[in-house]
Amino acid sequence: MKTLVWVEHDNASVKDATLAAVTAASKLGEVHLLVAGSGCAAAASAAAQIAGVGKVHVADDAAFANALPENVAPLIVELMSHHDAFIAPATSNGKNIAPRVAALLDVMQISDILSVESEDTFTRPTYAGNAIATVKSKDAKKVITVRGTAFEKADATGGSGTVEAVSSTGDKGLSSFIGSEIAKMERPELTSAKIIVSGGRALKDGDTFKANIFPLADKLGAAVGASRAAVDAGYVPNDYQVGQTGKIVAPEVYVAIGISGAIQHLAGMKDSKTIIAINKDEDAPIFQVADIGLVGDLFKIVPELTEKL
Amino acid sequence: MKIIVPVKRVIDYNVKPRVKADGTGVDLANVKMSMNPFDEIAVEEALRLKEKGAATEVVVVSIGPAKAQETLRTALAMGADRAILIEAEDVEPLGVAKLLAKVQEEELAGLIILGKQAIDNDCNQTGQMLAALLGRPQGTFASKVEVEGDSVSVTREVDGGLETVKLTLPAIVTTDLRLNEPRYASLPNIMKAKSKPLAQKTPADYGVDISPRLETLKVVEPPVRQAGIKVADVDELVAKLKAMGVAA
Ligand SMILES: Cc1cc2nc3c(=O)[nH]c(=O)nc-3n(C[C@H](O)[C@H](O)[C@H](O)COP(=O)(O)OP(=O)(O)OC[C@H]3O[C@@H](n4cnc5c(N)ncnc54)[C@H](O)[C@@H]3O)c2cc1C
Ligand SMILES: Cc1cc2nc3c(=O)[nH]c(=O)nc-3n(C[C@H](O)[C@H](O)[C@H](O)COP(=O)(O)OP(=O)(O)OC[C@H]3O[C@@H](n4cnc5c(N)ncnc54)[C@H](O)[C@@H]3O)c2cc1C
Repeated sequence: MKTLVWVEHDNASVKDATLAAVTAASKLGEVHLLVAGSGCAAAASAAAQIAGVGKVHVADDAAFANALPENVAPLIVELMSHHDAFIAPATSNGKNIAPRVAALLDVMQISDILSVESEDTFTRPTYAGNAIATVKSKDAKKVITVRGTAFEKADATGGSGTVEAVSSTGDKGLSSFIGSEIAKMERPELTSAKIIVSGGRALKDGDTFKANIFPLADKLGAAVGASRAAVDAGYVPNDYQVGQTGKIVAPEVYVAIGISGAIQHLAGMKDSKTIIAINKDEDAPIFQVADIGLVGDLFKIVPELTEKL
Repeated sequence: MKIIVPVKRVIDYNVKPRVKADGTGVDLANVKMSMNPFDEIAVEEALRLKEKGAATEVVVVSIGPAKAQETLRTALAMGADRAILIEAEDVEPLGVAKLLAKVQEEELAGLIILGKQAIDNDCNQTGQMLAALLGRPQGTFASKVEVEGDSVSVTREVDGGLETVKLTLPAIVTTDLRLNEPRYASLPNIMKAKSKPLAQKTPADYGVDISPRLETLKVVEPPVRQAGIKVADVDELVAKLKAMGVAA
């Protein structure tokens, strides 16, 4: 099988989520990549270095600058005439683009796969990860998104893909990009961090959240996450949310502070290697999944912990 | 301008799903079912646009079993004007999108607002597929929606933060959690909803083939995590972290 993988990039470098998608694709056979962007030559040559990749298709056009699905999906559909499967990482771009491609190809997408069982059979989580379904696709071509935490990352170097320019399918004139508010990352990115410190509703407000969670995270070199309750209340921006409907993470160590452990939150972090929970309620559900629990008031515990590390 | 809101009947978000012993799926017998939470947000957004004068009519559509009428009545009680039930069980997102595309051919709505994902199958596909089939733009994971003349500006929750796109109408929008807080239906409105129009259709009425493309071979529970230990104080926690090599 020949698989086309959507490369998540910022025109200069390739995002980590792509590497897990490449590993999933390699289980199906030959791996080709698509780098669609504007001024994306550097990203294309970085992509060609990924271990195991064959051709790297590069579509460099202003129409692809912000990954607008109205413009990108037709390009992918054209390339799919000579590929058997399309794979995207389950990032916000991947989730935006892949179903549009699937519908144009008249294919039922398989979302967020956890494993490749064979050329047409995959496992995927449903019901917030409470039920793992094994599904077999009857479609001739496959369209798949990949859960980043479920696959090893392919090596970012060591490959020797051949870069090949493809012509643009142009701007469809349906949508335009107005702007973005992307927070400057002072800490590791959530989905690739080794350690995550997350705070919940118990943190009271934005200032209290920052005063307690940030110093501990910085001591541990950790990324910062949050529960939906903390995001809804405005303590931290939306991109901090971990859970069924936020980011799915699986770090070496996940520290949940003042988070009760609702199933929607657990869905996003229960595959972490070690879970540490700090909560004043000894019956909080988070303790049912925690490897190490400490019962008590976080406003005493967290400053003391930060101090002693 | 008319707005269509597809709503799905799903397991209530407070219920912990249990996998059936025979591995064929999740046990939904005698389980509380509700409107998909993202769809409540979609209905709310449509109603607000109508209240602001940006829309004239809100039509809710569900593809599901006869019981999905309850879900449609809930949406009508919130304030939607009329409902369409397309009776069919277990339709995949591609089939749902094809049916919704047919509904749109008849209704010619300016905006179709869906949930970003249904909390049962967690597919996160239907809106994007519908947009593709209609050849229209999509604003997914919306946290702000503003209609301006013949376009809509949508602020989206993306991996790094927020981004804003402008789409020409008709357009498809899918809702994220922070778009709004849905209202509760009042008792008088629940009574009123009983007499609002609800049309009943079948996939055959629309001439759409909804035969599944995916076959579920089996459904299992994920490996259960065992609860670990509790430590007595911060010193013990620090010792553990050091032993794990997390702290120096
Ligand atoms: C459709 C839908 C999608 C959702 N998606 C997500 C999602 O992706 N991610 C997510 O996280 N949630 C999600 N939720 C929300 C989820 O159901 C919970 O409401 C949320 O996770 C609760 O957040 P919390 O644990 O911070 O707050 P709470 O449940 O209020 O828990 C606060 C905890 O802090 C403890 N506490 C209070 N004070 C102290 C103190 N001084 N010291 C120590 N501990 C203290 C309490 O004992 C309690 O356990 C979703 C809900 C719905 C309906
Ligand atoms: C493998 C498999 C197994 C299934 N098993 C079951 C099962 O056991 N029980 C069962 O009830 N169904 C089952 N279905 C069908 C399923 O419930 C859905 O109708 C379909 O998969 C849609 O997926 P989703 O809701 O996750 O889509 P998403 O793309 O996540 O849904 C996004 C949005 O689309 C809209 N939408 C989606 N579906 C509908 C609908 N039917 N009517 C109106 N609007 C809608 C809503 O606005 C929703 O928020 C199964 C489907 C598959 C593929």
